[in-house]
Amino acid sequence: MKKKSLWLAISLMLIAAFVFTACQPAPATEAPKEGETVSEEAAPAEEEQAAPAEEGGLQIPEIEDGKFNVAFVMLSTHDDGGWSQAQYDGMNYLQENVDGVHTAYVESVAEGADSEQVFRALSRKGFDLIFGGSFGYMDSMEVVAEEFPDIGYIHISGYKSNTTNFGNMFGEMEVMKYMAGMIAGSRAKADGETIIGGMATFPIPEEFRLFNAYALGIQKTCPECTLDIRWINTWHDPIIEREAADSLFDAGAHVVMTGADTPASALAAADREGVYGITYDWSGSCTVPECLTAPYWNWGPVFTEITEEVMAGTYEYGWQYFDASTGGVGLYGFMEGQEMQPGVASLPEEDLQLVKDTMAAALAGEFNRFDVFAGPIIDNQGNVVVPEGERMTQGDIDQFAPPLGEATYGMYWWNQNITAELPDL
Amino acid sequence: MSKVEVKESARGLAFPYRIKFEDRVENPPRWLSPLLSIVAVVIALLLGALVIKIAGGQPWAVYNHIAKYSFGSLGVISDTMVKATPLILVGLACSIAFRMKLWNIGAEGQFFLGAFGASMVVLLPVLPEDAPKWLFISTMAVFGMLFGALWGFIPGLLKARYNVNEIISTLMMNYIAIEWNNYFIYAVWTDKGFQMSRMFQRNAWLPRLSDFAKRWKVFSGLTTHMGLLFAIGAAIILWFILAKTQWGYEIRLIGDNPRAAEYAGVKIGRNIVLVMMVSGALAGLAGMSEISGVVHRLQGAISPGYGYTGIIIAWLAKLNPLAVILASILFGALILAGREVQPSGIPTLIQGVIMVSLIASDFFLRKRVRVIRRVEE
Repeated sequence: MKKKSLWLAISLMLIAAFVFTACQPAPATEAPKEGETVSEEAAPAEEEQAAPAEEGGLQIPEIEDGKFNVAFVMLSTHDDGGWSQAQYDGMNYLQENVDGVHTAYVESVAEGADSEQVFRALSRKGFDLIFGGSFGYMDSMEVVAEEFPDIGYIHISGYKSNTTNFGNMFGEMEVMKYMAGMIAGSRAKADGETIIGGMATFPIPEEFRLFNAYALGIQKTCPECTLDIRWINTWHDPIIEREAADSLFDAGAHVVMTGADTPASALAAADREGVYGITYDWSGSCTVPECLTAPYWNWGPVFTEITEEVMAGTYEYGWQYFDASTGGVGLYGFMEGQEMQPGVASLPEEDLQLVKDTMAAALAGEFNRFDVFAGPIIDNQGNVVVPEGERMTQGDIDQFAPPLGEATYGMYWWNQNITAELPDL
Repeated sequence: MSKVEVKESARGLAFPYRIKFEDRVENPPRWLSPLLSIVAVVIALLLGALVIKIAGGQPWAVYNHIAKYSFGSLGVISDTMVKATPLILVGLACSIAFRMKLWNIGAEGQFFLGAFGASMVVLLPVLPEDAPKWLFISTMAVFGMLFGALWGFIPGLLKARYNVNEIISTLMMNYIAIEWNNYFIYAVWTDKGFQMSRMFQRNAWLPRLSDFAKRWKVFSGLTTHMGLLFAIGAAIILWFILAKTQWGYEIRLIGDNPRAAEYAGVKIGRNIVLVMMVSGALAGLAGMSEISGVVHRLQGAISPGYGYTGIIIAWLAKLNPLAVILASILFGALILAGREVQPSGIPTLIQGVIMVSLIASDFFLRKRVRVIRRVEE
């Protein structure tokens, strides 16, 4: 009796299993569940054995024969509202704007151990060009690039390249952060405040570069303002980011800018009276009225240009660093077709004019990162970093100090209006 | 068929069957436990199929694809093995502790400390930079296991001496281990200001199959490394210890009936410390093998939660060291091929569903299901 009942239970489960799976082989004819998927699901029937490329919200990264296949590896999710979403948008832009290109992505790929396998798997499948969107993919991409000399690998952002098929790419975000600093300084001055906050991720040259640019911008519109910086040691952690933003506001900050992914700085500001946040990375991140602006990445044109050059065989793998004039970076509210956020529109006219003029110059290629980091620059210990009349070079902007090649000044300093201590390295 | 008939005859009346769960008096049959595991995985996959369907995908095609990209070619089999390697070791670490009903949730921390210990050999450095490869690898393995064992020793001692709950202590020590590693990669061994150590020199790398690609062409691009041998060796040794030795008997006895063990004169406290140390050493070896076989430098993101996955694996394998190998390969494949499906939430969800189904299936080990005719009552 006992055995019988057990078998009954198991056979019931199996029957359920068969009934359930029996419906599967021909699902293409079934009505799609969500309206948005209709157009994409209309024709997948003959594709079935070749693996369905994209259906609704689900996709399997596979190549399409006869196309130029481009894959994107992302650190966080494609809809993270920040860094990875900006890349995802860029990918879609590429898909729509270049004929004969097929794109696919792999998201939530941890840096380090995990990523090498992902790059190798995509390479084995035969993708022609692979973008890796996080610093920690550097070693993995270098190793895999050696194994697949016919595939192109573009890394955002690190410091390695093999100059044949593995290149490094980044852009002039510091110019946008510099202007964001002008806006923050102007807002603080207009409201009679002097403390501005910044949430920095990891003590790497990039963060020093971006926050020093921000500080230099603040100094432009509000010489008496100071910038307080908190390290959060994460690129993406909504809770830690929110806590850091709150702690800066608690410490009296009037405007907080984040160097991380989520719009925590603006959301924290929205829960308070009369303070502001500046978000980062993605053009769609500046949503609440308390958000002043967002320096953001506009990867579409950049990805498109690189892909077209790789397709034509003219791309030179190396250390590409694109200017603001390429349109690869933006400042929300100041680009074509955008409206200024309320906290910005009400700023003094002369400050707004300064931002607009700087933006126009940057887009025209007449103002770039070397103008941001032009002397005199004095650090918060009172030392002269860059003397009057001198400018930093790309080597200085990229790295802390001499070990990495040509650098006179390096990036290991805090500008004079930053109250935070320089972290030990 | 019969089910339909039952329904037909029941029309008009109350459903004539009732399902009743009873406690098992006797031990469940031997075949039941593995069968339940398999059924649980199947059910989990079916639930997963439902999710895929709702998300707008084709479950069959997706599963086909997953199978193809975890076992379909030499290259992906190798990748699956690379993923399985640390999982086997942490799975074993959890298995031996769980066998004694010691709930070591700290394999993650022990993994990090093992990685730290192994890195120390290169970065401190313990050995000169040009020491021979075999010396580097064996020293790193020993250091990895020592540091892992140390991270098991502390909660073990606390448990044995003061009866401190090992679930809490091992869990908390995971955070300490991660921050401990962070201190070193941020401050001491930082590479040009980046939060990772310099890359290890080649003689501190575990040999990979692809290293032999020059002699045997089939090996090119295969990243399976020597850690797999460590893992399989450890599984066999652990199986032997548990099944064939006096000490293994003591461990099982303490797990099944600590009071009986005490009467039999087994030193429980000593065994707690020892088992925690062995458990820690295994997880530490996983850390070493990952650092030296895959990452080649000490950095923050070396474990996507291996230590916690090890808990699921130990459970899936019913604490049998040899079954741990199989369970790890299954999970290695799932983690690996799960990436084939985007967005990434769905494969993660399927893994979670498997875990829940497995735990739920234990219910049938303790209870018996009986279908009773109402008329009989």
